[in-house]
Amino acid sequence: MKEIYADNNATTKVDEAVFEEMRPYFCELYGNPSSMHFFGGQVQKKVDEARNRVAQLLGASPEEIVFTACGTESDNAAIRSALEVYPERRHIITTRVEHPAVLTLCRNLGKRGYRVTELNVDGEGRLDLDELRGAIDQDTAIVSVMYANNETGVVFPIEEIGKIVKEKGKGAFFHTDAVQAVGKIPLDMATSTVDMLSLSGHKLHAPKGIGVLYLRKGVPFRPFLVGGHQERSRRAGTENTAAIIALGKACELAALHMADENGRVKAMRDRLEKELLALIPHARINGGQAERLPNTLSIAFEFVEGEAILMLLSEKGICASSGSACTSGSLEPSHVLRAMGVPFTCAHGSVRFSLSRFNDDSDIEAIIRELPPVIERLRQMSPFGREFLDK
Amino acid sequence: MWDYTDKVRDHFLNPHNVGEIKDADAVGEVGSLACGDALKLYIKLDEDKNRIIDAKFQTFGCASAIASSSALTDIIKGRTLDEALAVSNQEIADYLGGLPEEKMHCSVMGQEALEVAIAKYRGGPVPTHNHDHEELEGDVVCKCFGLTDVFLKKVIAANKLTTAEQVTHFTKAGGACGGCLPRIKELIAEVLGTEAKETPKKPEKLTNLRKMQLIQETLEKEIRPLLWADGGDLELVDISGSEVQIAFRKACAGCSASGNTAKFVEAKLRELVADDIVVVEVEG
Ligand code: FES
Repeated sequence: MKEIYADNNATTKVDEAVFEEMRPYFCELYGNPSSMHFFGGQVQKKVDEARNRVAQLLGASPEEIVFTACGTESDNAAIRSALEVYPERRHIITTRVEHPAVLTLCRNLGKRGYRVTELNVDGEGRLDLDELRGAIDQDTAIVSVMYANNETGVVFPIEEIGKIVKEKGKGAFFHTDAVQAVGKIPLDMATSTVDMLSLSGHKLHAPKGIGVLYLRKGVPFRPFLVGGHQERSRRAGTENTAAIIALGKACELAALHMADENGRVKAMRDRLEKELLALIPHARINGGQAERLPNTLSIAFEFVEGEAILMLLSEKGICASSGSACTSGSLEPSHVLRAMGVPFTCAHGSVRFSLSRFNDDSDIEAIIRELPPVIERLRQMSPFGREFLDK
Repeated sequence: MWDYTDKVRDHFLNPHNVGEIKDADAVGEVGSLACGDALKLYIKLDEDKNRIIDAKFQTFGCASAIASSSALTDIIKGRTLDEALAVSNQEIADYLGGLPEEKMHCSVMGQEALEVAIAKYRGGPVPTHNHDHEELEGDVVCKCFGLTDVFLKKVIAANKLTTAEQVTHFTKAGGACGGCLPRIKELIAEVLGTEAKETPKKPEKLTNLRKMQLIQETLEKEIRPLLWADGGDLELVDISGSEVQIAFRKACAGCSASGNTAKFVEAKLRELVADDIVVVEVEG
């Protein structure tokens, strides 16, 4: 059975070229870049090269790149730093649809005396910028808004948000969790209003366990991990050199493939979307009217439940993800779909397909072939929806 | 990915008895679209209206909900109504070779639908046993999933649940906003309390060996479950004469109130084992 992987917002395949680039740095070139001998020095050079490559993809300069272990660490480092820089400010602004890396942190801080504003989204997953304008005040230490949503792919107007933060925030920091955006849509930190940005390697065909915090020059920073002087004392701990080098290569390739992502991948996504809507009645696209990432399709099927859909698809070799709760062990539909007010009839039956440059037309054809009978079969079994579906 | 048994997978992929029975004698419906799972159970009885000759289901839900429904219909076919009523959610889970704990609520849903069907049937024009339908009695504790204290207490007792987390796994109560969790903890304590009352009081005279056994039993049955309810625990480190050495674990370890807890343990042991017991908290 050929496996069809359409869950790239969860994680991606390591590109073979990326793997080849990192391979020597385990058993042969295993020096510590901080060492004073040539053996470490050659690794240091390669780490510098990786830093340049990451910076290039972001339109940043190399000194603004801090390597971390993952997107979650970068998010934590950014938000906690802002609060330490402004100990007298007690207000954090974020959104109801953030990834748990930000949302859980903010809610925990909320329990420890910080005031947390979670911005709402509309039915298409879009933010109301007036709500942000109204919420921001002198007490606000940081505004953290994701670049693109992992479940629906909805892209937020980050530069506009940044402008509001700069105008009204009296020095409040602006952080964006760009884990889903980097490599998929062009970013340019040189002209951006963003102060801090998080990215994660394994979402763009580098291995798991490597992330980056972009830190704009001049933005004051209090490190989350302290110890040695690595990363200019902004992140202590021996560098994960092989992964850093891999991420550098992955960023280089991402820049190269960006056009493909926005052309071919987007065309595949659009075709998938169009044909599924045509073949399956009572289906709707979550966030369909909003600007979205080119690779993501979140589609809801009424009267059926997501985990059952995923398991039947998995029998056919198709890997997707669900916005339903059952798969995650929690019992409510995803917080993102709930925040968008997606009706319960749909929220439980939402499925996310997220493509990458490694998908091709035959994958899309397989999904289009296999999914409609799966939905039909589960609807036949369901006690709901008879009155609509039997017509 | 859930670690489902082959039996669960098989009943999910090839469910038995899917569909409706048009002229069913009894129909039981539980759950809702909002809850994320629902089951409609149809039962057909023999001529004497006593034995189940056919059962079918319609389920909206995850793989284990579908598998549990399929298993339920297999189990009850051929049984009398009274025999069917004796089916527990554990029996459904066992039939499937087990369910992940987080999915136990699927088996509870099956048992519940069966009870609803039979109660409705019997509560009809010819009430013979007049089984009250317990699930509808009582006060709603979990608003998100519409579950009452009577129902929750029944599941807690039947499955010997000791933590709020387990109650969520078995019933979904507490799994959404979490607002009902404090009340769920109270319900656990109430159920444990009633069970504790039924246990025998302390015996007159004890050999040393019997005393040690009784201390261990009391700790296991009477005390630890109460601590678990709050996320805590303790361990018996040693017994020497009347001195019982214990170490607190989990939430109890480092809890500022652990002194009180130790006193409570001592009081309980004095009540149920012997008057001279002294509890000492040790590091260990
Ligand atoms: S009231 Fe029980 S989870 Fe919300």
